[in-house]
Amino acid sequence: MTRTPFVVRFLAATPGKGWAAVAAFAAVVLVLLPGLYLFTPKDSALHVSDYVITLGGKIMCYAIVAVAMDLIWGYAGILSLGHGVFFALGGYMFGQYLMRQIGLDGVYHSPLPDFMVFLDWKAFPWYWAGTESFAFALFKVVAIPGLLAFVFGFFAFRSRIKGVYFSIITQALTYAAMLYFFRNDAGFGGNNGFTDFKRILGMPITAPEMRISLFALSGLVLIFVLLLGRYLMTSKFGRILTAIRDAESRVMFLGYNPLHFKLAIWTLSAVLCGIAGALYVPQVGIINPSEMSPANSIEIAIWAAVGGRGTLVGPVIGAAVVNLSKSFFTQAFPEYWLFFLGLLFVLVTLFLPDGVVGLWKRLKERLA
Amino acid sequence: MNAVAAAEGLPTTWEDQANLGHVLVPGEVDLSHNVILYLEGITVSFDGFKALNKLSLAIDAGELRCIIGPNGAGKTTMMDVITGKTRPDAGKAFFGQTMNLRLMTEPQIAHAGIGRKFQKPTIFENHTVFENLELAMKTDKRVRRSLFSVIDTETRDKIAETLRVIRLDREADRLAGLLSHGQKQWLEIGMLLMQDPKLLLLDEPVAGMTDDETARTAELFLSLEGKHSLVVVEHDMSFVDQLTQGRRKVTVLHEGSVLAEGDLATVQNDQRVIEVYLGR
Repeated sequence: MTRTPFVVRFLAATPGKGWAAVAAFAAVVLVLLPGLYLFTPKDSALHVSDYVITLGGKIMCYAIVAVAMDLIWGYAGILSLGHGVFFALGGYMFGQYLMRQIGLDGVYHSPLPDFMVFLDWKAFPWYWAGTESFAFALFKVVAIPGLLAFVFGFFAFRSRIKGVYFSIITQALTYAAMLYFFRNDAGFGGNNGFTDFKRILGMPITAPEMRISLFALSGLVLIFVLLLGRYLMTSKFGRILTAIRDAESRVMFLGYNPLHFKLAIWTLSAVLCGIAGALYVPQVGIINPSEMSPANSIEIAIWAAVGGRGTLVGPVIGAAVVNLSKSFFTQAFPEYWLFFLGLLFVLVTLFLPDGVVGLWKRLKERLA
Repeated sequence: MNAVAAAEGLPTTWEDQANLGHVLVPGEVDLSHNVILYLEGITVSFDGFKALNKLSLAIDAGELRCIIGPNGAGKTTMMDVITGKTRPDAGKAFFGQTMNLRLMTEPQIAHAGIGRKFQKPTIFENHTVFENLELAMKTDKRVRRSLFSVIDTETRDKIAETLRVIRLDREADRLAGLLSHGQKQWLEIGMLLMQDPKLLLLDEPVAGMTDDETARTAELFLSLEGKHSLVVVEHDMSFVDQLTQGRRKVTVLHEGSVLAEGDLATVQNDQRVIEVYLGR
């Protein structure tokens, strides 16, 4: 018997309807919006502004994080309230490279970033070594959040920490990281973080071509993450994860070691967050420790819950809905945004346990 | 060594040697004396209370044995000792001729071929019946394999066969959580069977089942006899009667040791057994 090649199996995991949605999404994000953005005159009604492209790119980065959250929470039943730390770490790792790309164009015209000059540092600390290399930056974007998640997850899962206790220590993790990154002598710009980026690979970061490339790249990564998620969750690996979620002792009794499975999906989820963070930072132009605040991480869980856990596409919708309404509310009624977010979460928990996707399914069943 | 054996005209392969007597194959249960489970003088005490008191019991390969006894007779403790969950204070416990259960850990015992079904069914309710059996299949259980594994024909056949045995072939694609209580019990037995156990320990398998389901469970167990050895702990006498059909052996436990052994009618007419069940 010939075995179906892996690539074919990977692509076949997503059903036809899913591919249609992917194609439609790709057409908008990779063709339509870039075309309108680059080739229509600024005063045309069809023109897409910088603002829209930046907001869209930002939301797609959030959507990647939401899908990563869904992989561990929706499928493996592990609720992390500290995923912001992996997102921010990915951002900081790429941010180091962006700081080096400023070169001598900073306020003090020094090869050191401005905040180091300000602190009167004469040389880069050891963990800034190699940060001028783009390839090394990409490596660290994956490796550092992955390593932190692996070590943290190994000890937590080995000690069989579960449920709300696990959620609490992830909160503590991101809070501790935030306090550390706030310190000036941590070497990551303290309170202000990294900003005033000028270039990527020598090309100006504010050029329309660069903006749209980052935007399209975020879209491509999001599509890849969704396809990867679909493959994983329809594989035996995914079935074992949901089995661990539902009856962990039984899984152990069948001879599987839940530690290895949890650790694998946990680390993957953190790496995806790191990648999303690295895409996010050049698009919004800043990274600072507030990204690690506990509230941010809780918001990630809300995106997944609003869209619908365990559905992959739900969290994408959740991230978009919550962030679009955030953009609207913070402009129209800035004082009320947090109330609205809280209300949204309460309403979803009470009336839409399966989120927007669950509501859609119920409506379809009722109509059928 | 084989060269010497060949020179003396003795068999050289392990199969031939086994016909003569005794050759160990690591990891295989040795049934050369036709005994799959052997307990001798097992004693377990909890804070001075003797849950098992010099219990001795032997189960033949392929046998279906029912074990009855009043509450607190030590039936569950006996199962705990066999599966390695409880360590006995004294006595011998052997699986086949060679595997000393007292020296083995729980996963080792499970891997060697002793499967246990608990009273309450624990199955994966959000998976289909088919997937439940797939996850239970005896195979490489590492993460890397699970990422790339495809369900091959062999697995499919094995699952189909098990589905027929447990009579759930029509429910293969249903979510396990939607099954009836009896069907869930069968599914769990099916999950045990997927692991190819030599010896099955079943703790009150028909508790909560309807009469019809009980009768079908009896049929299921009788169809497994011979291929597997079964030890069934049960309170339901009509079920024991259906299983033993007047000829298979029943063991009565009382206060941690064997009170009587024999066919159901003999045991039920035994004066000591009547006293234990009715006397107090």
